[in-house]
Amino acid sequence: MRFAFYPGCALDSSAKEYRESTEVVAGDLGIDLKEIPEWICCGSTPAHMASRLLSITLPAYNLVRARAMDVEGVVVPCASCYSRLKTANYRIARDPDLKEKVKRALGEPYEGDVPVYHVLEVLDRVICEGGLEGKIRVPLEGLRVASYYGCLLVRPPDITGFDDAEDPQLLDRVAGALGAQPVEWRHKVECCGAALAFTQDDIVLKLSGEILEDAQYAGAHVVSVGCPLCHSNLDLRQRNIEKYTGLNLGMPVLYVTQLVGLALGRTPAELGLKKHSINPLPVLKRAGVKV
Amino acid sequence: MSDYGEAANQKTGDPDFLDEIEAHSGTSVRTCYQCGKCSAGCPVAYAMDLLPSQVMRLCQLGLKEEVLSSSTFWICASCEACATRCPREIEIVGVMDALRHLACREGYVDRPREVPIFVNTFIKNLGWFGRLYEAALVGVYNLKSGHLTKDLDKAPEMIFKGRIRLWPPKVRGRGEVRKVIRRVREIERE
Amino acid sequence: MARIGVFVCHCGSNIAATVDVRAVAEAASRFPGVVHSVEYRYMCSDPGQKMIAETIREKDLTGVVVAACSPRMHEPTFRRLAEKTELNPFLVEMANIREHCSWVHDDRGEATAKAIETVRMLVEKVRRNSPLEQIRVPVTRRALVVGGGIAGIQAALDLVNAGVETILIERSPSIGGKMAMLDETFPTLDCSQCILTPKMVELSQHPLARLYTYAELDGVEGYVGNFKVKVRQKARSVDHDKCTGCGLCIEKCPSRVPSEFERGLADRKSIYVPFPQAVPDKPVLDRETCIWFTQGKCGACREICPVEAIDYEDADEISEHEVGAIVVATGYDIIGRSLYGEYGYGKLVDVLDGLQFERMCSASGPTSGRIVRPSDGEVPKTVVFIQCVGSRDDSKGRPYCSKICCMYTAKHSMLYKHKVEDGKAYVFYIDVRAGGKGYEEFVNRAVDEDRVVYLRGRVSRIYERDGTLFVKGADTLSGHQIEIRADLVVLASAVTAAEGARELGQKLRIISDRYGFFTEAHPKLRPVETNTAGVFLAGACQAPRDIPDSVSQASAAASKVLGLLSADELVREPLVARVNEDLCTGCFACEAVCPYGAAERVKREDPRTGAEIEKAYMNPGVCEGCGACLPVCRPGAVDLMGFSENQIYSEINVLTESFKVEDEAK
Repeated sequence: MRFAFYPGCALDSSAKEYRESTEVVAGDLGIDLKEIPEWICCGSTPAHMASRLLSITLPAYNLVRARAMDVEGVVVPCASCYSRLKTANYRIARDPDLKEKVKRALGEPYEGDVPVYHVLEVLDRVICEGGLEGKIRVPLEGLRVASYYGCLLVRPPDITGFDDAEDPQLLDRVAGALGAQPVEWRHKVECCGAALAFTQDDIVLKLSGEILEDAQYAGAHVVSVGCPLCHSNLDLRQRNIEKYTGLNLGMPVLYVTQLVGLALGRTPAELGLKKHSINPLPVLKRAGVKV
Repeated sequence: MSDYGEAANQKTGDPDFLDEIEAHSGTSVRTCYQCGKCSAGCPVAYAMDLLPSQVMRLCQLGLKEEVLSSSTFWICASCEACATRCPREIEIVGVMDALRHLACREGYVDRPREVPIFVNTFIKNLGWFGRLYEAALVGVYNLKSGHLTKDLDKAPEMIFKGRIRLWPPKVRGRGEVRKVIRRVREIERE
Repeated sequence: MARIGVFVCHCGSNIAATVDVRAVAEAASRFPGVVHSVEYRYMCSDPGQKMIAETIREKDLTGVVVAACSPRMHEPTFRRLAEKTELNPFLVEMANIREHCSWVHDDRGEATAKAIETVRMLVEKVRRNSPLEQIRVPVTRRALVVGGGIAGIQAALDLVNAGVETILIERSPSIGGKMAMLDETFPTLDCSQCILTPKMVELSQHPLARLYTYAELDGVEGYVGNFKVKVRQKARSVDHDKCTGCGLCIEKCPSRVPSEFERGLADRKSIYVPFPQAVPDKPVLDRETCIWFTQGKCGACREICPVEAIDYEDADEISEHEVGAIVVATGYDIIGRSLYGEYGYGKLVDVLDGLQFERMCSASGPTSGRIVRPSDGEVPKTVVFIQCVGSRDDSKGRPYCSKICCMYTAKHSMLYKHKVEDGKAYVFYIDVRAGGKGYEEFVNRAVDEDRVVYLRGRVSRIYERDGTLFVKGADTLSGHQIEIRADLVVLASAVTAAEGARELGQKLRIISDRYGFFTEAHPKLRPVETNTAGVFLAGACQAPRDIPDSVSQASAAASKVLGLLSADELVREPLVARVNEDLCTGCFACEAVCPYGAAERVKREDPRTGAEIEKAYMNPGVCEGCGACLPVCRPGAVDLMGFSENQIYSEINVLTESFKVEDEAK
């Protein structure tokens, strides 16, 4: 399993722990990740708000670089980057006019055919093929996990093809394979407010607050995510959410890769668990996980 | 030429507006039969002045000024819940994007001001650094939007935990990126 | 010696405005074989026809070409007039110089030249026409109705009351269909079973009606007027002649399974009668769930039966019947609750579909007519009804409207309010389609009298928390998102064709559309006929339909059948394929390509060896004259009467010769 790795801007700074945990876990499971040289920002949400061509060209720039590498495809940890890369492929493959414009902007042609995978899709595949056999050192028995998918992993379903758009099971499956107990809850695919965190943060406080409240109501110990922006809204802003909503949450938010790392026996430091705003360690210990 | 525009309001309905939005977004707006499912499921509609389905209707009627001066497409979080459930398979987020582009072009950028300011700051940041330099993004945005102290309370924690890059990212191909962005702008102007 | 008359019609200005009809008549008068050539304003009119008839007699014509409109318009007219003369009607042809010429061209010169060539071709053809006699086919005066719902029952009743013996097959254990499941019907709130059961009983007791319930159509052969059908009576394991309907076997049966009739809201036993008013009112044994048949244990029903009616050795029985016409009335189904993830994929227990709610309302239903939440048995105080679930939805592959949901949702909301007076009922709609007689007034009753609240908007999502259903909808008229906390939700799920309809259609050689509904012969003018002669449609198997329309259509289908069966013989046009046995080599390529199954094998003696060989025979009763067999017949043994190869080639030749002359002239 050899993939090109596209970390995305967030993993370089505010979501360093996602990068750390992803690289560590990939190494443990034999997934070879090679960072795309000189990758640039995918444009995320602001690019498509500013210009369609720009929003397709920026991801294409990176995919063209990945094409030159000897790999199966590109692995992306951030759901927003994942969405942009997949959308670029989707639109270029279907719109010859757009393909031509992208070619002119980049200075070289791109067919929209470099496969793009979210890191969780790859993890799911590895687990389904028995990749965890004999590797689980710390089964996460007793840990109740609310798997939070958010918007961009599962929607639009024609573009991402990431499990079901209304009731996906992939993250729950991964959690279950680690020995944890995925909870049934209602806000699996509800929006956290995304990029409005910068501009209309009261919206984020309301939406993210509803998500955390439902996770708490469903009896979860922790929420697991696959996107740094969701993480930031749910974790970094949790204290603001508590103030805004009056709720007492204290709900740690973990990246799925961190959960996998814990199960594989990695230390909290290796997984960047101490970087979170809501400290997960006391909750994990209370749930019976040996950290 | 849209029949709708002529029917709606002879004075202010723009008959070409619907065609323009459809061409720009690449999806059919006229096929919307106003079922309201998009509005029903939109998580941020409570903060909008017009519902997403109302925006679609105004586009159909060619009421350009009314639509472009609403806050709806700026508040839209692009979560795609609407488009996923739309029974007519309309790419509603694409329509919102088209409205954002047109709004920028025509100067409808102050309801609310924050989102267009953020979008522009982000793109400029990219152009300078190739990758996002978050500290500069937040700093410049705060300045331009006038919300000087926004998120400053997060700064100590982020710095302490090493979650913020204090120096700009080093992408060797930065100049390349700027060229690409410039070329995109040229192509669009054609 | 050919003596052909050419009659060129002006058709008012329809032809004459573009084509110089006088020039055409003049040119035609010089064609070989033509002895008379005139033009006239309206050839199909009485004086026009009289003129043709007189000319046929006076000039002793051997053939007639009427240059006018399309033969689809008036070929029967002119052939009928020939029947009154000595001239064989199949020696009369039409040259289409209207739809194929004056109506599609502007240039007078070119159009006239084309009209002349067209007439020239038809004259050449008619010179080679042979007189043909119409084919007469005997008709079996018996009908088959497939499906025992209200449409099938109505059609069968109309037929038996007109003196036609009718066989009705129904695959479930009782006739009655979906109407038997309904509580009260719109727009009158009549009790459905009360108006249905008298018809069920009338049919079952009629001396000319033969009912096969728990039976299926096994196979169909033959053609209009002469179908041979195989009916498979599935093994009931209960001898209905001995059974007294006492019900002890049902009481004793230990095996419970979800009841199809109750749409899963209640169970039935493996040996069961689907509902109390069933016809026949005697049980059948469902072998797929019966403990005796699946595990070899139990046998309680056989033990307890006081008249020894239980027979585990019972086997499927196939009977063959000859019928002259078939009416298909296989009805519909609804898609259920599991299509939409945003509505819970069918996992939310307090979200029901329309038929389930109907069963709940019914006094003989799973809750004895009490409306309760399946989750905890409590009476719901807030009920939300959602219309258009699965219908009018391109993204789910059903862009059509299911027609009946607006009406039955209004009905459901009223039934709920009548039973739970202090309850709140909300209907989420996009449109309200109430076009029938008394329908609009019916819907208004819901709002005016029963205080049902109508909200215009689709529902985006339903989720459950703490036993309450959160319904996230919108009202587009006021421009608001609406969230309702409901105790019960009813989905008006889309109407579909019945399961297995398409496969049944293939047995009957009738087409289904992409949604599984049967296709009518013409959407406006022939709604109860199919593309296959002798097979008719009635009811919701053709499209979503309510009870009044299903009954109307059933009677319409019955009247078509009665028309078909009213004569002793069917007359068919002789424009069919005929095999020259001297040339036929018995390869049966014709059999392989014939879409109607008209090719048959007949035994002959090979004159050279005396051995028995097979030759092809095209059954004139089945053949539709499509001509598919002609190109595949290598020895050229098969030809089409009235459109023989000789005739077609002569038309082409005379046309190409004219072009050659033109080219040389250039």
